[in-house]
Amino acid sequence: MSVLRSLVRSLRRNGHGRDDSDEVATDGGTTVEGEVGSGHTRSTLQRYWTSDFVRSMPYWLIPFAVIGLFVYGAIGWNFVISLTDYTGFAAAEYNDLDFEMYVEALTAPEVIAAGRNTLALLIGFTLVCLVVGLGVAVLLDRKVRFEGTLRTIYLLPMALSFIVTGQFWLWMYNVNNGIVNAFVGLFGLGPYNWVGNPDIVLGAVIFALVWQFSGYCMVVYLAALRGIPNDQFEAARVDGASTWRMYWRVIVPQLKPATVSATVVLMLFALKAFSFLYALFGGYRPTKGADILATLMVRQAFQLQRWAYSSAIAIILFVMTLGVIAPYLYYQYKGDHL
Amino acid sequence: MTAADAGTADSGAREASDGFDPWRIGLYAALVGLLLFYLAPIETGLVTSLKTDGAVVETLPYVPPGLDGFTLASWATALDALVRGMVNSLLFTIPATILCAIFGSTAAYGLTLVDWRGQIGVLVLFIAGIFIPYQAVIVPISRFWSNYVDLVGLLSPLWGLPVLKPHWGTLLELMITHVAYGIPIATLLFRSHYQTISTEMLEAARLDGASVTKIYYRIVLPLSRPMFAVVLIFQFTQIWNEFLFSLTLVSSASSPAASVTLILSGIGEAQSGLDFPLRMAAALIAAIPTILVYVLFTDEFAEGVRT
Repeated sequence: MSVLRSLVRSLRRNGHGRDDSDEVATDGGTTVEGEVGSGHTRSTLQRYWTSDFVRSMPYWLIPFAVIGLFVYGAIGWNFVISLTDYTGFAAAEYNDLDFEMYVEALTAPEVIAAGRNTLALLIGFTLVCLVVGLGVAVLLDRKVRFEGTLRTIYLLPMALSFIVTGQFWLWMYNVNNGIVNAFVGLFGLGPYNWVGNPDIVLGAVIFALVWQFSGYCMVVYLAALRGIPNDQFEAARVDGASTWRMYWRVIVPQLKPATVSATVVLMLFALKAFSFLYALFGGYRPTKGADILATLMVRQAFQLQRWAYSSAIAIILFVMTLGVIAPYLYYQYKGDHL
Repeated sequence: MTAADAGTADSGAREASDGFDPWRIGLYAALVGLLLFYLAPIETGLVTSLKTDGAVVETLPYVPPGLDGFTLASWATALDALVRGMVNSLLFTIPATILCAIFGSTAAYGLTLVDWRGQIGVLVLFIAGIFIPYQAVIVPISRFWSNYVDLVGLLSPLWGLPVLKPHWGTLLELMITHVAYGIPIATLLFRSHYQTISTEMLEAARLDGASVTKIYYRIVLPLSRPMFAVVLIFQFTQIWNEFLFSLTLVSSASSPAASVTLILSGIGEAQSGLDFPLRMAAALIAAIPTILVYVLFTDEFAEGVRT
């Protein structure tokens, strides 16, 4: 995400100082050859063919074409499908386009419920993950032994597939023999049906996902903590601030860029989380309380073959993604601290 | 102040004090607690996978099985079921990983180190691809591969040749799709690395008359080696672990083209309830390649996720 920030910065530079960048572009090393040409037209043409634009093409044109077709072409096509009434196994018909599917989707109780669950997952998961990640990073930053080993183990869940971790957590949450019920049993609680009870299933899902993603937050925060000069820790101590106040007043505010990047990544993940839920519930249909837009969309498409309807849900999901990413880019674009 | 000086100055500030400080003991207790938290699901899975059906019910989930409750039968069954999927996954993951790295490197070079007007616009289209939820594209992509460009059918003359098999067409579809969705992040990673290369050096080479191609092969490519490691490690784990494309492009877990995650998702669902030892063994087998890669190259992986 830090790279994204620099990208926005170069966008800024390009937008604000158009003249400067033009100069740089024509100065890009080929002017020596270009100026040799005698006629004006010929030199322009020659400059064009020997320009860095043309010469750089072999490097980016093929990947650009692949992305153009499979990413942007697919999104465009998805939008067109969402305007049709395409269902079943026959081919789609594109002669009757309207927004009927969006009306249907936005008024369907299942979509509204799934949207609510998506928001709950998005907020709950992101907040808990950030807090846990920050806590672990602060602990690891206090000059502990075996730091490298601990970091490796804390980040390990992130290297596992959601299908793998879904299987693990299904066993962890097992009603009769699961370790989670054995643990809460120590306090005289339970046993609970974590995966089957609609009231608590979302909490269980969030807990498991925090297990998998907090290592990522830890890595992001640890890098940011390492970037804070040591004399700031020293100065806060000389001022007599308690450790708690020192972190809250001096250190945490400086972690804002890291927090913003991590939040965006976590929110984007929460929007598209599908694989973990598929593995945990053993199929397209999660328990009622954990059905989010991402699972609803895939179920409508690949179990029920309601292609147009599911495409409309997919576009809604896509717009929500833009809703997360756009404020972030705007914040980066506006912020002068970049 | 050098890094070493910073370290010593820091030890006073970030560390409460030396010796038997109750805070230090609390700190280590918390770290061990976290260790247990992060390892518990994996440890439980491992010991459960080694238990007989009887031992699963009788013993606590995190306790290793006794001699009478120990069996490798689940591992044998799981391996039997998954080998096919692991071969398939390797067949599309390895080429897709390598292609992602190559395309990512060249694209980042053409869009970062070679200066031309409007490159930032093209670059934004590359980078934005990272944030696209797969849900927004899987309907068209599955329609594309099944109704319009069915590689199994289109390449049918090839399947008569030795070694090649018809389901490789589906694997090729998976590979191409994964490449398309891997290029954006690979480009971003390479770009972040290329921005640290000194422009004076490239400028000097250019003034010496080195062409765009020559600069890439002589200067940029040798300097990209660490980033190639990061991208290869990261993409390998991402593509191996991916599930949604496998689910939607491969017809079912019984298909000859089923990937390892697809077979794993449906394993152990016997009529007599869920066979947990089998599921745990299968989950661990499916995770072995990524765990190995991760443990050997933690730093590269961490750099991949951080960016």
